Amino acid sequence: MDNTVSTGTEGKDWGGGNQPLKASYGKMMIWFFIVSDALTFLGFLAAYGFSRFKFIDSWPIADEVFTHIPFYHEPMPMIYVAFMTFVLIMSSVTMVLAVDAGHEMKKAKVTFYMLLTIFGGMIFVGSQAWEWATFIKGDYGAVQTKGGNILQFGEYVEKDREKIFKRVALRDFVITEDDGRINHEQKNGLWFKSEGTQPTYTVEEVIKGLESHDNVLIKTEILDEKGEKTILSRGSSLKQLKDNGKIVVEGANLHVNEYGTPLFADFFFFITGFHGFHVFSGVIINIIIFFNVILGTYERRKNYEMVEKVALYWHFVDLVWVFVFTFFYLV
Amino acid sequence: MAEHVHNLEIFRGLIKFKSITQKIWGVLVLLTIVTTVEVALGISKPEALLSNFFGMKILNWIFIILTLVKAYYITWDFMHMRDETKALRRMVVWTVIFLICYLLFILLQEGGYVFDVYSNGYIKRDF
Repeated sequence: MDNTVSTGTEGKDWGGGNQPLKASYGKMMIWFFIVSDALTFLGFLAAYGFSRFKFIDSWPIADEVFTHIPFYHEPMPMIYVAFMTFVLIMSSVTMVLAVDAGHEMKKAKVTFYMLLTIFGGMIFVGSQAWEWATFIKGDYGAVQTKGGNILQFGEYVEKDREKIFKRVALRDFVITEDDGRINHEQKNGLWFKSEGTQPTYTVEEVIKGLESHDNVLIKTEILDEKGEKTILSRGSSLKQLKDNGKIVVEGANLHVNEYGTPLFADFFFFITGFHGFHVFSGVIINIIIFFNVILGTYERRKNYEMVEKVALYWHFVDLVWVFVFTFFYLV
Repeated sequence: MAEHVHNLEIFRGLIKFKSITQKIWGVLVLLTIVTTVEVALGISKPEALLSNFFGMKILNWIFIILTLVKAYYITWDFMHMRDETKALRRMVVWTVIFLICYLLFILLQEGGYVFDVYSNGYIKRDF
């Protein structure tokens, strides 16, 4: 039986068998995946923008949150995250070089550049983990009020003949006393319930500490016209802490956040976590392709298009980071 | 891009590279300069750029524009969008840009509205 049907379009654009976009199926599909993934990240970042506009007069200032670099204890805003950005851009460069070497069918060069890319990705994920650990651990500690606002502590110091507000950690002024409160463990309870870690200090101890240190003032979440956090006078500091102080917060998690509103921590974990997961999967995929390159799979296939496809994904991860960097750390 | 033809010009032909490798390094230099400018501005926060302009600080507008510049060069040169057909380029880029503008407009507008309700309404938050 003759199965062919004449449509009258043979040899024309709509007759099939041609590639109007001059891209292979696989490459087009990775582009469409990137479009949909970009929209997922758009959803997250737009939700972040929504929450931020909702609390536009009290959102944490990123420069005061992400100030750490390893092995150095003075506040250094932006430096570490700039380093991470550079690592990721650099690994994008080595990835492009791998793709280019693939076009020239140079197996050794592709292998070398893929390896560098994998290292770059690993350094980035490691840095991200360190950033998370530092953020979760916190450094100064704060008190959360009944209304859920964060009260931080600090003092005015002279630096280069200028009065600047320097944060003071709870451990530096709080007077501890034994209140007999112990952590409730599962083995002691009737219903085999345990409780989470208790803060190092109680609010009463913080109040005592504040009373006995005349120099310490409270910094609120509220931003003034110049975009800086409002600092209370000595009198209102004591009043605010005594009237409204409810729990001591150290570090950040999904419920509380010593740097400001818990939403900030939630979005930080969610967005950088989702991005970090993308980098992690990217590294895994790169490793698989790396071994395929070594085994000569693409040499036999006579093209390195697979390297090109994972490269598109890898660059996309870099592209997303550029936006996360701007909206989390800069703006 | 089956024949690996590369467009080696950036800045509309102002800079023309000799080879694809050279172009990659050139774009890296550009991206590094842009990031350095961003970080320098982010640390120093010049007083003059902190005034308000269309609902945001001028500095924040600068950051967003510089981000879009970086995004353009990553997509066009690292992802080789410059060498794809016009149809593929538009299919990907216009779709995404349209949806970004749409969702951002709705959500940011709504966020600003909720802020107004909080500050002008009868909801107390300062305790």
